[in-house]
Amino acid sequence: MRRTALAALLSHWRRHPLQLASLLLGLALATALWSGVQAINAEARASYDRAAEVLGQDQLESLVPRDGQRVPDRVFVDLRRAGWQVTPLIEGRWARAGRAVQVYGIDPFTMPAGALPEAVGESGDISGFFTPPGRGFAAPETVAELEGAEGLPPLIAAEGIMPGILIADIGIAQTLLRAEGQISRLLLAPDQPLGRAPLETVAPGLDRLAPQETADVAQLTGSFHLNLTAFGFLSFAVGLFIVHAAIGLAFEQRRAMFRTLRALGLPLRTLVGLLAAEVMLLALVAGIVGVALGYGIAAALLPDVAATLRGLYGATLSGSLSLRPEWWLGGLAIALIGAGVAAAQSLWRLWRMPLLASAQPRAWARASARGFAALGALAGLLAGVAVIAGVYGQGVVGGFVLLGALLLAAALALPGALALALGAAERLARGVLAQWFWADTRQQLPGLSLALMALMLALSANIGVGTMVASFRLTFTEWLDQRLPSELYVTARTEEEATRLRDWLTPRSDALLPIWRVEGPVFGQSAEIYGVADHRTYSDNWPMLLGEADVWARLARAEGAIVNEQLWRRAGLRIGDPVPLPGGAIRPLVGVYSDYGNPRGQVIIGIADLVAQFPDLDRRRYAIRTDPAAVPELRRALVQEFGLPEDSMIDQGAVKDLSLRIFERTFAVTAALNVLTMGVAGFAMFTSLLTLAAMRLPQLAPVWALGLTRTALARLEVLRAMLLAALTMALAIPVGLILAWVLLAVVNVAAFGWRLPMFVFPADWLWLGALALAAGGLAAAWPAWRLARIEPATLVKVFADER
Amino acid sequence: MLLSINGLGKGYDSGGARVEVLRGVDLALDPGETVALTGESGSGKSTLLHLCAGLDRADTGRIEVAGRDLAGADDATLAALRRQAVGLVFQQFNLIPSLDVGANLAFHARLSGRDDPAAIAALADRLGLGGLMRRYPEQLSGGQQQRVAIGRTLAARPALILADEPTGNLDEATGDAVLDLMLELVAEAGAGLLMVTHSPRLAARLSRRVHLSGGRLA
Repeated sequence: MRRTALAALLSHWRRHPLQLASLLLGLALATALWSGVQAINAEARASYDRAAEVLGQDQLESLVPRDGQRVPDRVFVDLRRAGWQVTPLIEGRWARAGRAVQVYGIDPFTMPAGALPEAVGESGDISGFFTPPGRGFAAPETVAELEGAEGLPPLIAAEGIMPGILIADIGIAQTLLRAEGQISRLLLAPDQPLGRAPLETVAPGLDRLAPQETADVAQLTGSFHLNLTAFGFLSFAVGLFIVHAAIGLAFEQRRAMFRTLRALGLPLRTLVGLLAAEVMLLALVAGIVGVALGYGIAAALLPDVAATLRGLYGATLSGSLSLRPEWWLGGLAIALIGAGVAAAQSLWRLWRMPLLASAQPRAWARASARGFAALGALAGLLAGVAVIAGVYGQGVVGGFVLLGALLLAAALALPGALALALGAAERLARGVLAQWFWADTRQQLPGLSLALMALMLALSANIGVGTMVASFRLTFTEWLDQRLPSELYVTARTEEEATRLRDWLTPRSDALLPIWRVEGPVFGQSAEIYGVADHRTYSDNWPMLLGEADVWARLARAEGAIVNEQLWRRAGLRIGDPVPLPGGAIRPLVGVYSDYGNPRGQVIIGIADLVAQFPDLDRRRYAIRTDPAAVPELRRALVQEFGLPEDSMIDQGAVKDLSLRIFERTFAVTAALNVLTMGVAGFAMFTSLLTLAAMRLPQLAPVWALGLTRTALARLEVLRAMLLAALTMALAIPVGLILAWVLLAVVNVAAFGWRLPMFVFPADWLWLGALALAAGGLAAAWPAWRLARIEPATLVKVFADER
Repeated sequence: MLLSINGLGKGYDSGGARVEVLRGVDLALDPGETVALTGESGSGKSTLLHLCAGLDRADTGRIEVAGRDLAGADDATLAALRRQAVGLVFQQFNLIPSLDVGANLAFHARLSGRDDPAAIAALADRLGLGGLMRRYPEQLSGGQQQRVAIGRTLAARPALILADEPTGNLDEATGDAVLDLMLELVAEAGAGLLMVTHSPRLAARLSRRVHLSGGRLA
């Protein structure tokens, strides 16, 4: 019995392949976007874990310099002599000719068991590891990326090492990083002998730190991943609209079949069970396709995501994707859950449907004004949730709850708003055809409302995110102009060379501005502390978000510190509050500046103050003020005079290019998801129009019979779709702008720690409006073409079927 | 006794007022007997048929089909009764539009576990559907669709056939031909038939005629 009934139910799809395709494709697309994003997130999480495992840092305690600087080798020797079981480690970024790698230098003889990378231990040639030119161990993809790079030791590909990392002997690494005789920190063996000298006595400048946890980078990138997840969810929601529409239509079209099946003896419980099984079967098929598609999307987007994470957070992400069970199982689960949610209403209706109810399709395509009112009430409720989230919500999650509630409220309110607008147009229409057109459009609204809601979500998300990105770009570009006024930036190879450089450059430039910094904890967070010279470059170009009039003069007199917006917000500071610097000095807060794109806290004090606090700081980097036209000549002279490599100098244009490239890649993922969401929404409209086309015949046949040609009717169908798209676009603009405001003023602040001014770009709306019109027109084109070519006999049959 | 109805009552709420459609209907039908149920539009003929099929529930009275009391039977029991003992023929045919003629013919028989491909093929030939087995309902004329609907019911070999104006949508000649065939096949199967019709001419061709008026049978 069950098999016969299931075969009958499934036969519907055989006879309606397009409907089946729209259901499967809708669910597959929704699953693909969701699981694609999840794949990226899963890959990122795995990368963070692997990064933390590098050299056993997730297991071992370490000793780190309190002032954030490197310490000399002798500290290691002192500690070993005092009985401490430690091993030295140097880490730093090696970059040359556009290629870069994170270098870790280790001492294979003192490395605790288990912390030494297996590949190094298994190489069998330990003397080759530390004897120049040494050996560099890296992941196979990193070795491939670095192939031919000059200055590196011979590279050996080894599995199990995080991509983007190079492990070498400490001596070799010190040379690579131009930090001879220096170490970044010391790892502690798990078992330490009793009776060793206290740390404060042997190495008073070191702090003992617990094993590094992934939490740092995971927390830092958490908001980015939440952002991606939100987009994935939005796309999934848009896709679910298609699925809901397709399932709802299929249920309505089979109402007569359901009645017949029950009349022939199929119990209601069995029927509902079979339909649920049918939905799950379809969801499973679509889910498998969706997960495969999601893998493709993730693989395509991963390089951009990796670049974003590296640029924004300094987090290293593998550029290749693994098939992880947690995300493909998750993808299938979300497909099943999504299909279940989309089918729940239809199944509930069937459960409640009296056996003798009308077999005519009605509810799906002919929802009443009461239905719109119910949707409107739900929209009001969600708007209330949005307001509450806006007032009381906290952090990124609060921001996304606000966004979600706002978007859903707008989408649910759409059919009612469109019905009101169409009703008004109908009342204003004079000609009989115009009156029919408006009335007929209003009648079509229920059948199209799900697709229009999906379009609304996609359009408003597009406007919101587009406004946010464009505002960001504008602000960022202006900010770069302000923050990078110097014409050339140069880094000496040694301190001695830096001194000679300074002497040589002083008479040959308008100004030589040190870019000296140290790192250390400020308000419990790792922060950068910069020193600035007393020069008008800063006072002329560096605007303050908050601050006292004589900020720069006070810095020069060592009477204050300024902090970036991120640190100011995180620490909840006010002007005048004390800012404790690493090492114990305290300066009052005299100003706050914007610092877009930097995840870390930053403090600026006067250069003399910085040198006084941290006399051992690295003094090799300078910014040079000069006539821009003189920059090429100056570069040549620096190469000739000092033999400086080209990558030791970077001019203003190159820095801006690099920054903007990072910026563009940061939002490339968002833009791609935006386009995909628009595509899904367009597809929703297409499938809705196509499936409605058959049900439209009884409404169009009388008009045809009264003298309107099939071509004219077809044209009106296209016009109707474009008109509805245009109205939806008009309503999406205010929603999108609110969305942009929430992104800029709430989500961004919570996620990154800075707030951006909002700019509007009406030209972008015109472009998007044209796209929406094109989507509406294209979606209606094929159904309209079919209508224009329909056989008159088919239309006549409508009258023959009437009883 | 194949069908036994005693004191059957059924009413509806309509526009705030209670309309009693059936008021104490009594009827009995034996195996092999064919009964025509006539009456005005809205007299309750279809309601009586639906109650006999367990598609709806009576307010008062008692219905027994093939010895089973329908009162108090749950949905699953009523569904089982329709699968095993009752065959329904509708005015609107109610074929499964996505199944071809062959699958529609066999459908009820398969549901009831009485699928017999050879018998169904023979039945299709007798119904003049032998050459149409791969067609879909929308590709058939009204007469052909009704022959499929009748064939679907007979293929399941129910004890009681309930037909609601089975020729109501057909022209007179086609309707006569379909009825001839149905009566012939019902007689061969030894089933009981209760058929709603507006036509005195068609009613006269059945073994007995009952008229529903004012909620009671005459």
